[in-house]
Amino acid sequence: MTTIRKGAPCAPAMAMLRNLRTGARGAPLCLAIAALLSAPTLLAAQLGSYNPRPGAQGTFAIRGGHIFSANGPDIANGTVIISGGKITAVGANVAVPNGATVIDASGLSVYPGMMETSTSLGLAEITEGANATVDNSEVGRLNSNMHAFWAFDPHSAEIGVTRFVGITHVVTAPTGGLISGQAALMNLAGDTPPQMAVVPSVAMVISLPGGGGGGRGGGAGGPAATGAAANAPLDSIKNILRDASAYGNSWTAYNKDKTLPRPHHDLALEALLPVINGTMPVMFPADNMAGIRGAVTFAEEMKIKPIIVGGRDAYRMADYLKQHNVPVILTGVLSLPGGADDPYDINYSAPGKLAAAGVKFAIASGSPNPDIRNLPFVAGMAGAFGLSKEDALKSVTLWPAQIFGVGDKLGSIEVGKIANIVVTDGDLLEARTNTKYLFIDGRAVPLDNKHTDLYKAFKDRP
Amino acid sequence: MKTTAILATVLIGSAAALNAQAIPRGVSIAAQAPTRAAAAPVLIKNATVMTVTKGTMANTDVLLRDGKIAQIGKNLSAPAGATTIDATGKYLMPGIIDPHSHSMADGGINEGSRSVTSMVRVRDILNNTAPIIYRELAGGTTTINVLHGSANTIGGQNAIVKLKWGRPIDEMLFPGAMPGIKFALGENVTQKNNTPQPGTPRRYPESRMGQEEVIRDAFTRALDYKADWDDYNAKVAKGDKTAIAPRRDLELEPFVEILEGKRLVHAHSYRADEMLMLLELSDEFHFHVQTLQHGLEGYKIASDIAKRGTGLSTFADEWGYKIEAYDAIPYNVAILMRHGVVATVNSDDDGRARRLNIEAAKMVRFGGLTEDEALKTITYNGAIQLGIEKKVGSIETGKDADVVIWTGNPLSVYSRVETTFIDGEIFFDRQKDIAMRDALAKERTDLEKEDAAMNPAPAGRGGRGGATPGGSRK
Repeated sequence: MTTIRKGAPCAPAMAMLRNLRTGARGAPLCLAIAALLSAPTLLAAQLGSYNPRPGAQGTFAIRGGHIFSANGPDIANGTVIISGGKITAVGANVAVPNGATVIDASGLSVYPGMMETSTSLGLAEITEGANATVDNSEVGRLNSNMHAFWAFDPHSAEIGVTRFVGITHVVTAPTGGLISGQAALMNLAGDTPPQMAVVPSVAMVISLPGGGGGGRGGGAGGPAATGAAANAPLDSIKNILRDASAYGNSWTAYNKDKTLPRPHHDLALEALLPVINGTMPVMFPADNMAGIRGAVTFAEEMKIKPIIVGGRDAYRMADYLKQHNVPVILTGVLSLPGGADDPYDINYSAPGKLAAAGVKFAIASGSPNPDIRNLPFVAGMAGAFGLSKEDALKSVTLWPAQIFGVGDKLGSIEVGKIANIVVTDGDLLEARTNTKYLFIDGRAVPLDNKHTDLYKAFKDRP
Repeated sequence: MKTTAILATVLIGSAAALNAQAIPRGVSIAAQAPTRAAAAPVLIKNATVMTVTKGTMANTDVLLRDGKIAQIGKNLSAPAGATTIDATGKYLMPGIIDPHSHSMADGGINEGSRSVTSMVRVRDILNNTAPIIYRELAGGTTTINVLHGSANTIGGQNAIVKLKWGRPIDEMLFPGAMPGIKFALGENVTQKNNTPQPGTPRRYPESRMGQEEVIRDAFTRALDYKADWDDYNAKVAKGDKTAIAPRRDLELEPFVEILEGKRLVHAHSYRADEMLMLLELSDEFHFHVQTLQHGLEGYKIASDIAKRGTGLSTFADEWGYKIEAYDAIPYNVAILMRHGVVATVNSDDDGRARRLNIEAAKMVRFGGLTEDEALKTITYNGAIQLGIEKKVGSIETGKDADVVIWTGNPLSVYSRVETTFIDGEIFFDRQKDIAMRDALAKERTDLEKEDAAMNPAPAGRGGRGGATPGGSRK
């Protein structure tokens, strides 16, 4: 399924997708891309597909399980009805519709699918030694018009491996430069990117100079970013945002008065319109206090909506973040403490401190693409150091969805939401727990993946 | 003064060894360590005791005395002078053993300038003040195998260390542990993933063909060297006063030790074919490969590994970060164990060494290991691989009192370490740690004030630098 972000302006990618959906004819470029989309075989993986195809969006009744909604009280023995890709009923006494496929979940637990928010899954397969599989960054520093969506490989073996633990959707983001491009919110089941996209352009990624690392791995940080970012003046980002604003104004003026000179299209500036309009949030990698404060100050000055990614020192400025209503993606919960004299559990305990202070946050795995299946255990471990179990679950389900503006679509087991649901034989965040059933976008998803395939092939070799 | 003493023993050791076939370079420094008074007895009451080798027992007491596990049972009474710890509701397990670590290694872990650097020793670069020691203790890890890196086919000699935070290195080296050496195969050695600086000469070997030849050549030379010494020793034994000793070769001595079963081979390897190559070579030259390190494709040749009695130490589930890791699966350990291989889960990473319990827990999910089997992958099996299973790796009377108390089942993500003992002494205690934090913060503030007075207004000081070095070497 493909939905368009509500109120999204007419950025080219959006226009293309809209054209695809409605069958309308757009500009020649849009036509070309639409043609590409209608030929999904062109997007086939180079490394072979290990991910079995999901079934159809049928009607399912998951009956008798312990339902952890992540946004309300548990139901000890309840039923979830899925139909047409959505959750249509939840409760202790829910009638099973005629013709529904019934899943007996007695003795099992039913959870919303988890959401990883700091990855480039699908954009880069083998990062070392196979550069041809790496498409997560682009030449240049100001790449607002790059879309993760267009490089997402639906057949990446990492997708099947990731969803196996109950991660059902991810924000996959480009990296590099000052403005890296646009992240996509993707469901982890489907044959094509359009089928898998929940929001093709969910956030812009901007790395301010001096952010102090951030992103995956929760880098050790330091006084300033390195490489291109360290040498680039902050002004170049401000300037392009101001240019985008002027660009938008010139089009608005022209649309009102066609006697004015017609502005020329500029894809990079057009891509920034949703950012300066405040409809598209911006992910700012930032770990240290100066970097976080810098991002918040910058965002307020430019009137854009920030999401801090990394957030190593966020717990030290929780009141500030709360006061400025800025959410944080924590990528370094399992990272080593930065200072030699820091308490050993300084990063393990950061989520608990943020929760206590009322800061909105999500936990990310902080792992390279192949290993984001660590996400549940990272959140669970925060649960051993001050975060409640309920909040640990929310930090990988409901809260990331809310942070990315899709809290009405994803993140909990509630009527009307996209049916991304995982049925387990135990606590979702425990490493020992087994996934029993998986639904993504209301489709039953086989649990087989590259690893189970190789396991079956070799486990009995004499 | 200490240096002088050590130097003296090294010289004496060398002189004394001249008649031996394999000449030990230096003696066990650990053997010279000052004897420290044994810790007072500790009685841990009413814990769920996960022995790892003999099942799990509820509501059980464990007595630690003279550095050993003295007694395990119900309703034990505290001996005179004993501290009693109420562990009701808590879990007790043996200290975690990390069979692949680079923690405490000060500076580089790769003497990769040559293909064969069997003469270099990790022991010489251990830093006993590295904060990671304490952080690993806080995750229940008590013994680590600090290995040379994987830059070259034959790396240096490893060191097995008990994480006795605050003690001199002499007291941290595992007493009596069998010495070992690192071998390495595959992409790290061929350097195909690196872009060399222009002008950098290429280092042999750059293919798996060359790797086989480097190992074959080293053992061939070692056999010649051994024959020279055998001839010499035979002459001396016959009373030949004119016999001339062969020139000592620090590169080849470790290979002679390997051939004589006195040094363990720990071989970094990924692909099944390269592992099999080494195993075939070991058959041919009659040496034993103690462990395959990483061994991500071990599951493809599990029976070939099992029949040589070789162990395998791997990541729980890391994969896909390079070509030779693309067929790695988290079921590796389960398949290997079902085929009779002694398998372990390791960290190879300072961060991960603090939560090996979670890595073990993954093994329950991937391949259906029992809880005991999963725990063995981070305790007892590691002890076997390092040749120290008679001393550590399980909760049994007579073994070293390396014991960890957890708030709950250590295989649960919601559990954390309360107390870590090594040789019956507490080296980590969460309550004490928390109690010390205010004092430490004050000390820091005072020092910073002092610093500010001496060096006013350092300009542009942002963030907190000083990140602990470390990270995976894979």
